[in-house]
Parts: sequence; C-alpha cells; structure tokens
Amino acid sequence: MLSKTSSEKRSIPLAEIRVKRVKEFLIEKFFFANGLLAILILLGIFSLLILKSYPAIEELGWKPFLLSPEWNPTGYETSRYGILSLMVSTLMVTLGALLIAVPLGIACAAFISEVASPRLREILKPTVEILAAIPSVVIGFLGIVLVNPILSRIFGIPHGLNALNGSLLLAVMSLPTIISLSEDALKAVPNSYKEASFALGANRWQTLARVSVPSALSGIIASVMLGMGRAIGETMTVLMATGNARALTFNFLEPVQTMTATIAIELGEVPYNTTHYYALFIIAFVLFLMTFLVNLASDVILQKYQEVSR
Amino acid sequence: MKKKWTERLGFILLTLSGSIVIALLGIILFDIISNGIGAISWEFISQPPREGMTKGGIFPAILGTFVVSIVTILFSVPLGMCAAIYLHEYARAGRLTRLIRLSIRNLSGVPSIVYGLFGVVIFVQTFRFGTSILSAGLTLGLLTLPWTITACEEALKTVPMAYREGALALGATKWYTIRTNVLPYAVPGMLTGTILGLARAAGETAPILFTGAAFFLPHLPRSIFDQFMALPYHLYILSTQHHAIEEVRPIAYGTALVLLILVLFLSFTAILVRYRYRKKMKGSI
Repeated sequence: MLSKTSSEKRSIPLAEIRVKRVKEFLIEKFFFANGLLAILILLGIFSLLILKSYPAIEELGWKPFLLSPEWNPTGYETSRYGILSLMVSTLMVTLGALLIAVPLGIACAAFISEVASPRLREILKPTVEILAAIPSVVIGFLGIVLVNPILSRIFGIPHGLNALNGSLLLAVMSLPTIISLSEDALKAVPNSYKEASFALGANRWQTLARVSVPSALSGIIASVMLGMGRAIGETMTVLMATGNARALTFNFLEPVQTMTATIAIELGEVPYNTTHYYALFIIAFVLFLMTFLVNLASDVILQKYQEVSR
Repeated sequence: MKKKWTERLGFILLTLSGSIVIALLGIILFDIISNGIGAISWEFISQPPREGMTKGGIFPAILGTFVVSIVTILFSVPLGMCAAIYLHEYARAGRLTRLIRLSIRNLSGVPSIVYGLFGVVIFVQTFRFGTSILSAGLTLGLLTLPWTITACEEALKTVPMAYREGALALGATKWYTIRTNVLPYAVPGMLTGTILGLARAAGETAPILFTGAAFFLPHLPRSIFDQFMALPYHLYILSTQHHAIEEVRPIAYGTALVLLILVLFLSFTAILVRYRYRKKMKGSI
C-alpha cells in the first residue's frame, strides 16, 4: 500500500508506473500461487486416495472391507480384505506406545521446565532434539537387534518381534514430540498463577501438580495427539519390529501387522491396477483419515487454548 | 511432614523420567557406535557391495542418498521459500490464509507411506518417470515441503519490521523491498531449516520403497531416470530381507552408523548455523 502512494507522488511517466504496477501485481500473484500449493497437495492426496480406492469398492462393495475378520488378499480359496484386523493392530501398538510415552514424556517435560537446573536443561534439550532426528529405520533396526533378544529372554518366547516391541519403539519415536510440545505448554503458564499458588502456602510439587499441569492441560493433550498421529503413521519401525502376522490378536506378545506395514509389504508385490492394489489404497485412505482427524483435533484444542490464554 | 515427602517423591520421579530419556539416547548411540565402528573402513565407504552384499562397502548407497537429497532440495526449497514469502509478506489475515496454514500443519502429519503411494501414482505412473531417482526425490520433496515452508517463515519472522518499513518509506516497491531488505537477512535461517529438512529426508525409507530405491544394482546410476541404492533402504534390506541375516549384521551396523553420522552431522550443522546467525543478528540490531 505504502509503495503505491509513494511512487505516485514522484514525477515519473505514467507508463512506467503502470509497468511497475503490473510487474508487482504479477509477482504477488506468483507468490500467491505458491502459497496455494499446500492446499492443492492436501486436496490432491485426498482425491487420489479416493479415486484409487473406489474401483475396489465398486467391485466388492463395502462389506468385505468392514466385516471380514482377516486381511488375506492372496488366500488360497477366497481373497479376504478385512481391514478391521489391521486397524486393531495399529491401534493396539499405538495405545501401547502412548501408555509408555505419555507419562514419561509429560514427566520429562515437567522436569525440564520446573525442576532441572539450567545446566541439566542445556543437556536435556539437545538430547530430545537428537532423539527426534534419529531415522525411523535405525530405531526399527534396534528393535530387531537389541529389543528382540531382550523381550524373548524376559518372556521366554521364541522371538521378540511382536506388538510390545513395536510399542516400545514407537514410544521412543513419539517421546520427542510429546516432550517438546508439553514443555512449551508448561512454559506458557503465566508466572502469576504459580506465584499465587506459592503465596497460598503450596509447595513446588503441589503448584506443579495442581496449578501448572492443569492450566497447561490443553497444550499437553494436543502434544499427545500429535505424538499419537506420528505413531499411527509410522511405517519402518513397525514393519521391522512387530513380526507382521496377519492374525487378529489382542495379545501384546504376539506378532501383529499394522496398516502401514501392510502397504509397505504388499505394494511392492502386487501388479498395478488390480483389486488387491486398489484395496491397499483403501487402507491408505483410512490411515490418512485417522491421522487427519487426530491432527485436526490437536489443532482445534491448541486454537481454543490460545484464545483462552489471551 | 507428609507434604514434604510427596514433594520429594514427586521430584525424584521427575528426575528419574529425565534420566530415562537421556539414558534412551545413550543406549541407542552406544549400541550403534560400539557395534558399527568395527565395520567402518575406507573400503566400506568407497567400494560397492560384493558377493551378495556379504562383503565390500556401501558406496552406491551413500551416493544414492546424496543424489536423491539434491533432487529433494532443488524441488522443495524454491517452492517452500516462495510459499513462505507469500504467507509472511503478502497474505492478509483471513479465511484463506487460515486454510493454507491448516493444510500445511496437516500435510506434515500425513504418514510417509501415504506420500509413497502418492509418489507411485503421480510421478511413477502418471508422469512416467518410472521408479527412479527423480520420482523418489520429488516424493521426498513433497514430504519435506511443509517443514521447509514452516522453517522459511520462521526465518522471515526474525527480520525486523523496521527493515521493511525503511525501504518502503523511501519509495521502494514491495518486491524490491523483499529482495533487498528482507531476503538477504532471512537466508541463513532458511538455510538452517533446509538442512534440517534434508536430514529428515535422508533418513526416510517408506516414501522411497516403491518410487525408486533398489535392492542391489551392479553399476552406479547414470541419469536421474535410473534406480538407485539408498542408505536407509540398504539398512532395511540387510536387517530383514537378506538371505544370510546373521552374517551381514556387522555390515548392517556399519550402515546404521554411517546413516546416523550423516543425519546427526546435518542436524549439528544446522544448529551451528542457527547459533552463529542468531549471534550476528543480535549484533546488528
């Protein structure tokens, strides 16, 4: 706005101003197009997943995908496309990961923001950053070579590639997200809250447990949701560490095959544009919806929380 | 008295949690380094695999990861930069801007395997790039785009408003202002974000599974339309798909160590650039 008025006041030919204005207009439109890219890609992924999963639904209907108890597209007699068993596996491994990572992550965040000396904080913060930078395939590799023998010895089972292994690894992978975002939330709690609590005679623990954590709760919940989204969508670690057996089970000591692992294993084997191929896109679509909803929920919680704290 | 005990117990628990997290990283680094260091030699990083990948080095995998990362950067950095410039310099607060930001946040939460499927359909099949360096690089580029945008915008935020106002007050146009008074100061920050995005892309496996990574190639790729070997994929193959898994375990550890060193080196470089840049910015204001 400012630029327009100032260039009008100078005495340069009208044509030159016009050229300048057109140029500026075009440049702005160019950046605008780039800005729209994120929306376009998201829409592109969404519509592509629908487009590619539709042929399978057109051929078989909804029922086999929702009602069949197992996923076995290459079965000897009949192909079975029950994605429910895969969803159960994914949710089971994710739940196990959260049971470990949520208490540990929140406690660690509280430690960093309330208890740790500045020096310890200087160690812990990079630790979390480095933990986040470790590639998932390396974590999965450790699941095979490190966690696998330990689990098999503790529980006396032939091998330790099972849902519990996957949960442990996913816990490590979602910890950095939960810790750093929970810490941000705890840091955002106004000092006056804590001071009021101290003034009433509460000690540091009571202030942390009854004032700081409850006022940061929405931020903490949002961080847990983001960690959960990450765990649901994680591919390589679960592919390598959970043993990949398709049978439906609720036992953490048995091998399971998650949605992501199924896609990773089978997409390389199926011919393009077959029912099995399209069925893999149905899994991807459900996976996309699950992570989308979890992320959206965390977003909504964060937005509300920001409004309240203002 | 009871109050004091709960406080002490609570703080012990918190300290324990902090120690566990440090210990986790310690265990991970110790295991990979102590088991992988023996495999590292000049031959290991400069020679191709031999005898069914049971001997020799991992040079083609290192090269493949390097080349794909370059394609990734060339694709995602210009787009990410321009999108960030729009969001921070041009966009007005409103429904559309909110929608763009929501899309970016959600894109960064899309599972990497879904990006892989997207890459297969769009780049491999529709654009007919085949399973190649180009397809894999573009897929990883899409994956890193939301991070690149966010990082570039953070960098633009650090440039003081006064720099823009000064140029505008002298009659410069908006684009001229951005070009001369904003971008030069934001570049180091953008660089940091780019390197961090690169570190993540280099370690990603799921998106390249079907878009171009190969089990084993007898020769190095000759163009960007060839398949390639990559470090993370190589590690995955060596630890799950190989016919003599126990025999190649030292090589797998060595590969894991090289990958870890690469990723951590990139991350540290980024952190160092950020640190120096912050110091400089503080001096200039």
